[in-house]
Amino acid sequence: MTTITETAMQVYQVFIKASPEQIWDAITKPEFTQKYLYGTRSQYDLRPGGKFISLAGDSEDVMVDGEVQESDPPRKLVHTWLVHYDPEMATEQASRVTWEIEPQDGGFAKLTVVHDQLEASPRTAATVAGGWSFVLSGLKTLLETGKPLT
Amino acid sequence: MCRVDDDDLVFRALADPTRRLLLDRLFERDGRTLTELESQLEMTRFGAMKHLRVLEEAGLVATRKEGRTKLHYLNPVPIRLIHDRWIDKYTERHVSALADLKTKLEETG
Repeated sequence: MTTITETAMQVYQVFIKASPEQIWDAITKPEFTQKYLYGTRSQYDLRPGGKFISLAGDSEDVMVDGEVQESDPPRKLVHTWLVHYDPEMATEQASRVTWEIEPQDGGFAKLTVVHDQLEASPRTAATVAGGWSFVLSGLKTLLETGKPLT
Repeated sequence: MCRVDDDDLVFRALADPTRRLLLDRLFERDGRTLTELESQLEMTRFGAMKHLRVLEEAGLVATRKEGRTKLHYLNPVPIRLIHDRWIDKYTERHVSALADLKTKLEETG
Protein backbone atom coordinates (compact mmCIF):
# COMPACT_ATOMS: atom_id res chain seq x y z
CA MET A 1 0.00 0.00 0.00
CA THR A 2 1.42 3.37 -0.96
CA THR A 3 0.78 6.12 1.48
CA ILE A 4 0.48 9.67 0.34
CA THR A 5 3.10 12.03 1.65
CA GLU A 6 1.23 15.20 2.32
CA THR A 7 2.72 18.30 0.88
CA ALA A 8 2.20 21.78 2.15
CA MET A 9 0.29 22.77 -0.96
CA GLN A 10 -2.44 21.09 -2.96
CA VAL A 11 -3.87 22.28 -6.28
CA TYR A 12 -7.27 21.40 -7.75
CA GLN A 13 -8.65 22.59 -11.08
CA VAL A 14 -11.91 22.20 -12.93
CA PHE A 15 -13.51 23.73 -16.03
CA ILE A 16 -17.12 24.72 -15.52
CA LYS A 17 -19.60 25.90 -18.15
CA ALA A 18 -20.73 28.91 -16.16
CA SER A 19 -19.87 32.58 -15.79
CA PRO A 20 -17.32 33.71 -13.19
CA GLU A 21 -20.19 35.47 -11.37
CA GLN A 22 -22.20 32.23 -11.10
CA ILE A 23 -19.16 30.39 -9.77
CA TRP A 24 -18.47 33.19 -7.29
CA ASP A 25 -22.04 32.95 -5.97
CA ALA A 26 -21.80 29.17 -5.74
CA ILE A 27 -18.70 29.54 -3.53
CA THR A 28 -19.85 32.39 -1.32
CA LYS A 29 -23.60 31.82 -0.81
CA PRO A 30 -24.89 29.26 1.69
CA GLU A 31 -27.92 28.24 -0.41
CA PHE A 32 -25.44 26.97 -3.05
CA THR A 33 -22.74 25.45 -0.82
CA GLN A 34 -25.42 23.40 0.91
CA LYS A 35 -25.92 21.54 -2.37
CA TYR A 36 -22.34 20.43 -3.00
CA LEU A 37 -20.17 21.05 0.06
CA TYR A 38 -21.20 18.16 2.31
CA GLY A 39 -24.46 19.97 3.03
CA THR A 40 -22.64 22.80 4.81
CA ARG A 41 -23.57 26.47 4.65
CA SER A 42 -20.67 28.83 3.95
CA GLN A 43 -20.99 32.36 5.24
CA TYR A 44 -18.47 34.99 4.22
CA ASP A 45 -17.98 38.54 5.36
CA LEU A 46 -16.23 39.50 2.13
CA ARG A 47 -13.79 42.07 3.49
CA PRO A 48 -10.16 41.64 4.45
CA GLY A 49 -10.31 40.51 8.07
CA GLY A 50 -13.94 39.41 7.66
CA LYS A 51 -15.13 36.14 9.07
CA PHE A 52 -15.61 32.90 7.12
CA ILE A 53 -17.82 30.27 8.74
CA SER A 54 -18.98 26.92 7.43
CA LEU A 55 -21.98 25.59 9.36
CA ALA A 56 -23.27 22.03 9.45
CA GLY A 57 -26.31 21.48 7.25
CA ASP A 58 -28.66 20.52 10.04
CA SER A 59 -27.38 22.52 13.01
CA GLU A 60 -25.50 25.66 13.98
CA ASP A 61 -22.30 23.67 14.60
CA VAL A 62 -19.23 25.33 13.10
CA MET A 63 -17.47 22.82 10.82
CA VAL A 64 -14.71 25.09 9.53
CA ASP A 65 -13.93 28.74 10.03
CA GLY A 66 -11.33 31.29 9.05
CA GLU A 67 -10.60 34.86 8.12
CA VAL A 68 -11.02 36.47 4.71
CA GLN A 69 -7.64 37.76 3.49
CA GLU A 70 -8.52 38.88 -0.01
CA SER A 71 -11.79 39.25 -1.87
CA ASP A 72 -11.85 40.28 -5.52
CA PRO A 73 -15.26 39.25 -6.93
CA PRO A 74 -15.64 37.35 -9.21
CA ARG A 75 -11.96 36.47 -9.63
CA LYS A 76 -10.20 35.67 -6.40
CA LEU A 77 -11.05 34.81 -2.82
CA VAL A 78 -8.45 33.98 -0.17
CA HIS A 79 -9.28 32.89 3.36
CA THR A 80 -7.80 30.85 6.17
CA TRP A 81 -9.18 27.43 7.02
CA LEU A 82 -9.39 25.89 10.48
CA VAL A 83 -11.28 22.63 10.93
CA HIS A 84 -13.54 22.24 13.97
CA TYR A 85 -15.45 19.05 13.19
CA ASP A 86 -12.56 16.93 14.38
CA PRO A 87 -10.97 17.63 17.78
CA GLU A 88 -7.46 16.69 16.61
CA MET A 89 -7.63 18.84 13.51
CA ALA A 90 -8.98 21.72 15.60
CA THR A 91 -5.65 21.82 17.43
CA GLU A 92 -3.70 22.19 14.18
CA GLN A 93 -2.77 25.56 12.73
CA ALA A 94 -5.01 27.36 10.27
CA SER A 95 -4.19 26.67 6.63
CA ARG A 96 -5.13 28.78 3.62
CA VAL A 97 -7.58 28.32 0.75
CA THR A 98 -7.36 30.38 -2.46
CA TRP A 99 -10.18 30.27 -5.02
CA GLU A 100 -9.23 31.61 -8.47
CA ILE A 101 -11.77 31.98 -11.28
CA GLU A 102 -10.53 32.65 -14.83
CA PRO A 103 -12.92 33.12 -17.77
CA GLN A 104 -12.25 30.85 -20.79
CA ASP A 105 -13.58 30.60 -24.34
CA GLY A 106 -16.97 29.08 -25.05
CA GLY A 107 -18.72 30.19 -21.89
CA PHE A 108 -16.40 28.20 -19.64
CA ALA A 109 -14.46 29.32 -16.61
CA LYS A 110 -11.51 27.66 -14.95
CA LEU A 111 -11.78 27.29 -11.20
CA THR A 112 -8.57 26.63 -9.27
CA VAL A 113 -8.50 25.84 -5.58
CA VAL A 114 -5.10 26.06 -3.92
CA HIS A 115 -5.02 24.73 -0.38
CA ASP A 116 -1.67 25.63 1.14
CA GLN A 117 0.12 26.57 4.35
CA LEU A 118 -0.57 23.00 5.42
CA GLU A 119 2.94 22.45 6.88
CA ALA A 120 1.72 22.32 10.46
CA SER A 121 -1.59 20.62 9.68
CA PRO A 122 -0.89 17.06 8.48
CA ARG A 123 -4.29 15.67 9.49
CA THR A 124 -6.13 18.45 7.72
CA ALA A 125 -3.90 17.96 4.66
CA ALA A 126 -4.71 14.24 4.52
CA THR A 127 -8.44 14.80 4.99
CA VAL A 128 -8.95 17.53 2.41
CA ALA A 129 -6.91 15.68 -0.24
CA GLY A 130 -9.86 13.56 -1.35
CA GLY A 131 -12.47 16.08 -0.33
CA TRP A 132 -11.72 18.84 -2.81
CA SER A 133 -12.16 16.53 -5.85
CA PHE A 134 -15.57 15.48 -4.59
CA VAL A 135 -16.56 19.08 -3.82
CA LEU A 136 -15.43 20.48 -7.17
CA SER A 137 -17.10 17.66 -9.11
CA GLY A 138 -20.32 18.44 -7.23
CA LEU A 139 -19.95 22.17 -7.83
CA LYS A 140 -19.50 21.59 -11.59
CA THR A 141 -22.52 19.29 -11.75
CA LEU A 142 -24.67 21.73 -9.80
CA LEU A 143 -23.80 24.69 -12.04
CA GLU A 144 -24.06 22.78 -15.30
CA THR A 145 -27.20 20.76 -14.61
CA GLY A 146 -28.89 22.66 -11.79
CA LYS A 147 -28.91 19.44 -9.79
CA PRO A 148 -26.67 18.22 -6.98
CA LEU A 149 -24.62 15.04 -7.45
CA THR A 150 -26.55 12.09 -6.18
CA MET B 1 -4.05 25.82 -23.84
CA CYS B 2 -6.38 23.27 -22.32
CA ARG B 3 -9.30 22.00 -24.29
CA VAL B 4 -12.11 22.10 -21.88
CA ASP B 5 -14.40 19.41 -20.63
CA ASP B 6 -13.03 16.58 -22.70
CA ASP B 7 -13.12 13.05 -21.28
CA ASP B 8 -11.29 11.74 -24.35
CA LEU B 9 -8.18 13.67 -23.36
CA VAL B 10 -8.24 12.15 -19.90
CA PHE B 11 -8.73 8.59 -21.15
CA ARG B 12 -5.97 9.08 -23.72
CA ALA B 13 -3.61 10.56 -21.15
CA LEU B 14 -4.23 7.62 -18.82
CA ALA B 15 -3.70 5.05 -21.58
CA ASP B 16 0.07 5.12 -21.21
CA PRO B 17 2.19 3.44 -18.51
CA THR B 18 4.76 6.26 -18.33
CA ARG B 19 2.08 8.86 -17.76
CA ARG B 20 0.39 6.72 -15.11
CA LEU B 21 3.79 6.35 -13.46
CA LEU B 22 4.19 10.15 -13.46
CA LEU B 23 0.79 10.51 -11.78
CA ASP B 24 1.78 7.93 -9.16
CA ARG B 25 4.99 9.84 -8.46
CA LEU B 26 3.01 13.04 -7.96
CA PHE B 27 0.53 11.20 -5.77
CA GLU B 28 3.40 10.13 -3.54
CA ARG B 29 4.77 13.64 -3.42
CA ASP B 30 3.21 16.64 -5.02
CA GLY B 31 4.73 19.88 -6.27
CA ARG B 32 7.76 18.51 -8.14
CA THR B 33 9.97 20.02 -10.81
CA LEU B 34 10.52 18.52 -14.26
CA THR B 35 14.08 17.60 -13.22
CA GLU B 36 12.84 15.61 -10.20
CA LEU B 37 10.20 13.80 -12.23
CA GLU B 38 12.54 13.12 -15.12
CA SER B 39 15.13 11.51 -12.85
CA GLN B 40 12.64 8.71 -12.11
CA LEU B 41 12.04 7.86 -15.75
CA GLU B 42 14.28 6.05 -18.16
CA MET B 43 13.90 8.62 -20.87
CA THR B 44 15.18 11.95 -22.10
CA ARG B 45 14.12 15.28 -20.69
CA PHE B 46 12.31 15.92 -23.94
CA GLY B 47 10.35 12.67 -23.58
CA ALA B 48 9.36 13.47 -20.02
CA MET B 49 8.26 16.97 -21.06
CA LYS B 50 6.09 15.53 -23.80
CA HIS B 51 4.32 13.20 -21.38
CA LEU B 52 3.83 15.97 -18.85
CA ARG B 53 2.33 18.17 -21.54
CA VAL B 54 -0.25 15.48 -22.40
CA LEU B 55 -1.14 15.22 -18.70
CA GLU B 56 -1.42 19.01 -18.44
CA GLU B 57 -3.64 19.22 -21.51
CA ALA B 58 -5.94 16.62 -19.99
CA GLY B 59 -6.03 18.66 -16.79
CA LEU B 60 -4.49 15.84 -14.75
CA VAL B 61 -1.45 17.90 -13.89
CA ALA B 62 -1.65 21.54 -12.80
CA THR B 63 1.42 23.73 -12.71
CA ARG B 64 2.30 26.69 -10.51
CA LYS B 65 5.28 28.96 -10.76
CA GLU B 66 7.34 29.47 -7.66
CA GLY B 67 9.87 32.13 -8.52
CA ARG B 68 11.58 30.74 -11.63
CA THR B 69 10.67 27.14 -10.88
CA LYS B 70 7.67 25.42 -12.42
CA LEU B 71 6.13 22.93 -10.01
CA HIS B 72 3.81 20.11 -11.07
CA TYR B 73 0.78 19.13 -9.01
CA LEU B 74 -1.51 16.16 -9.39
CA ASN B 75 -5.02 17.38 -10.15
CA PRO B 76 -7.35 14.48 -9.36
CA VAL B 77 -10.56 16.33 -10.30
CA PRO B 78 -10.83 14.98 -13.91
CA ILE B 79 -10.56 11.42 -12.56
CA ARG B 80 -13.26 12.19 -10.03
CA LEU B 81 -15.46 13.56 -12.84
CA ILE B 82 -14.97 10.37 -14.84
CA HIS B 83 -15.77 8.37 -11.75
CA ASP B 84 -18.96 10.33 -11.16
CA ARG B 85 -19.91 10.30 -14.85
CA TRP B 86 -18.97 6.73 -15.82
CA ILE B 87 -18.03 4.43 -12.99
CA ASP B 88 -20.90 5.32 -10.69
CA LYS B 89 -23.39 4.89 -13.49
CA TYR B 90 -22.49 1.28 -14.20
CA THR B 91 -21.82 0.17 -10.67
CA GLU B 92 -25.15 1.63 -9.61
CA ARG B 93 -26.94 -0.37 -12.30
CA HIS B 94 -25.23 -3.48 -11.07
CA VAL B 95 -26.30 -2.77 -7.52
CA SER B 96 -29.88 -2.04 -8.48
CA ALA B 97 -30.01 -5.27 -10.53
CA LEU B 98 -29.01 -7.18 -7.41
CA ALA B 99 -31.59 -5.29 -5.40
CA ASP B 100 -34.26 -6.22 -7.98
CA LEU B 101 -33.20 -9.84 -7.82
CA LYS B 102 -33.50 -9.79 -4.03
CA THR B 103 -37.00 -8.32 -4.24
CA LYS B 104 -38.03 -10.92 -6.79
CA LEU B 105 -36.63 -13.81 -4.80
CA GLU B 106 -38.28 -12.59 -1.65
CA GLU B 107 -41.62 -12.16 -3.41
CA THR B 108 -41.62 -15.70 -4.72
CA GLY B 109 -40.07 -17.15 -1.57
